[in-house]
Amino acid sequence: MMRNGSPGPDGLLEVLDLTVSFNTADGLVEAVRGVSFNLARGQTLGIVGESGSGKSVATQAVVGLARGARTTGRALFEGRDLLALSATELRAVRGRGIAMVFQSPMSSLHPLYPIGWQIVEMIRAHEPVPRARARTRAIELLGHVGIPRPERRVDDYPHQYSGGMLQRAMIAMAISLNPRILVADEPTTALDVTVQAQVLRLLRRLQDEHGTAIIMITHDLGVVAEMAHDVLVMYAGRAMEQAPRRELFRIPSHPYTQGLLRSRPRLDAIGGRLTAIPGQPPSLIAPPRGCPFNARCDRSIELCSAASPALLAVAGDCTEHRSACWLHQSGATT
Amino acid sequence: MTTEVLVQLRDVVKEFPVKSGSMFARRKERLQAVAGVTLDLHRGETLGLVGETGCGKSTLARCVVRLLDLSAGQVLFDGHDISAASHRELAPYRRRMQMVFQDPYGSLNPRRRVGSIIGDPFAIHGIGEASERRRKVQDLMALVGLNPEHYNRFPGDFSGGQRQRIGIARAIALRPELIVCDEPVSALDVSIQAQILNLLAELQVELGLTYLFISHDLSVVRHVSDRVAVMYLGRIAEIAPSEALYERARHPYTRALLSAVPAFEPDERREHAAIVLTGDPPSPVDPPPGCRFHPRCPRARARCTNEEPQLVSRAGDGPEHATACHFPLADGETLADWPASGITA
Repeated sequence: MMRNGSPGPDGLLEVLDLTVSFNTADGLVEAVRGVSFNLARGQTLGIVGESGSGKSVATQAVVGLARGARTTGRALFEGRDLLALSATELRAVRGRGIAMVFQSPMSSLHPLYPIGWQIVEMIRAHEPVPRARARTRAIELLGHVGIPRPERRVDDYPHQYSGGMLQRAMIAMAISLNPRILVADEPTTALDVTVQAQVLRLLRRLQDEHGTAIIMITHDLGVVAEMAHDVLVMYAGRAMEQAPRRELFRIPSHPYTQGLLRSRPRLDAIGGRLTAIPGQPPSLIAPPRGCPFNARCDRSIELCSAASPALLAVAGDCTEHRSACWLHQSGATT
Repeated sequence: MTTEVLVQLRDVVKEFPVKSGSMFARRKERLQAVAGVTLDLHRGETLGLVGETGCGKSTLARCVVRLLDLSAGQVLFDGHDISAASHRELAPYRRRMQMVFQDPYGSLNPRRRVGSIIGDPFAIHGIGEASERRRKVQDLMALVGLNPEHYNRFPGDFSGGQRQRIGIARAIALRPELIVCDEPVSALDVSIQAQILNLLAELQVELGLTYLFISHDLSVVRHVSDRVAVMYLGRIAEIAPSEALYERARHPYTRALLSAVPAFEPDERREHAAIVLTGDPPSPVDPPPGCRFHPRCPRARARCTNEEPQLVSRAGDGPEHATACHFPLADGETLADWPASGITA
């Protein structure tokens, strides 16, 4: 298995050969199969993929939130392997070390408690500060993320906030302990574009001010293009391509990435037929042998259905650009 | 494309009663989801309808096909006023207009076989014998790219994209003239979205369909639409041929909406930095006076706060391009060029 280069001086999180599987009534679901990535201080890693690609489960497993999962591999954070920690030790890492923002604010906010109360509880669960001090900090945080009149809105209940405000309140809660890493799982998917622009701008500002590293999980290539320094493309539980943003969008190497970029209608182009990717993703229960994309790939060769290609550096390109495709590894031309 | 008008909307208003206030001091108020919309839908075209959550685009769509009754105004379908038609009077028109919904999971009954779901329109309108219906349904399944042998399967056996094909097959069963597509690809993965958009385009050519296409995704709308209407708080802010709207938007709201779409090409930074609107759209229960966009508009002036702008064509824009703004942007002018007005909240 190809490993990422060792984490540089700024290495913060190093995930190695991660596999995540679930026992279900239908059989063993292999949600993540041998994925590695690095995250450096102050950087944003975009993990992009469609439903069932394993993009969310991979990070949930790393922080111990993938309930009932069987996880192997390593996830090194501040010198410790997160996958070897106990539930109690992990709870201490979550929040202060790694915080999370999810797509649906209502899955993280209790509807029957005021927003401010919930932020105060979160702070006091990790730090021994008096309630009044924590409340002052909650108000500051809400103001920081752009909630108008935070000293009044702090006592509002979640239903009194709009969708964009809830998402910002979630971010306030996530950054309340100054985490090293912020995992944002589809943080803007439920929002309108104008509100999405506000939230993305907020995340970038927080990164600039505090040097927070961000893992941005999304299906939206536009959000990745706007936010990420590095991009990991996942498909059916595997890493298909990994590259700095610029390389990925300019010279995508993997046929799946190319297909994704082509199938998207663009704001600056009009009409015509879209180049759709035929078929649909494979089942993760007993996934097919070989490259998981091979059944939908218009350039697949015999080797593709026989064995799985490793994620290797793309020749003649920057060394950070890796692709898991036999076309580039068997001497065939692209 | 002909310019024959298939649907005419005249000052369409749709209000909903809402309760507000505390449990003991209930006030009955009215929420105007659609606040006076006038537009034409030409036969054979695709009219895109965009706007943010709560702008009334889905409500307007449901008024067009009379899934909702209008509070005021008129809907004319092929010249006939159907806005006050009874259930029975509507029946012949129902065959001619259909709807495709966003959620391919929620809009199909999970306990019914796919063949029978697609065959519903034939049963409801009493068309054909049972055996003939089965053949017709299988033809439809083939037409939308489903395997006709899967006639007896249940919706749960199909993926999201295939379910959307089932919804489309059901919508085209009676060979309608108009299909209202309400966010038809929003719930689908990127690689599947393109398949469905291509299918809709093929069916339009093959069956001569007219689409009212609702989406919050501006790239998708640009791709499919001949003309685009932008809605804000129940009213049309701007309407124009697709290219004109995306290249020469006049309304500050349209510009802000377009600039908020994440740039797809990371190196080629767009020449205009994103115009980040502050705040959320105001409540339609209590819309601001004057121009409804003025509290969020960087260009707002005193006139915007008390006089509602009408949807009119500007000189040089052509009759197809209309804007509801007192101070529309000129070619080449950007929102950033305009000094902040002080009226903005």
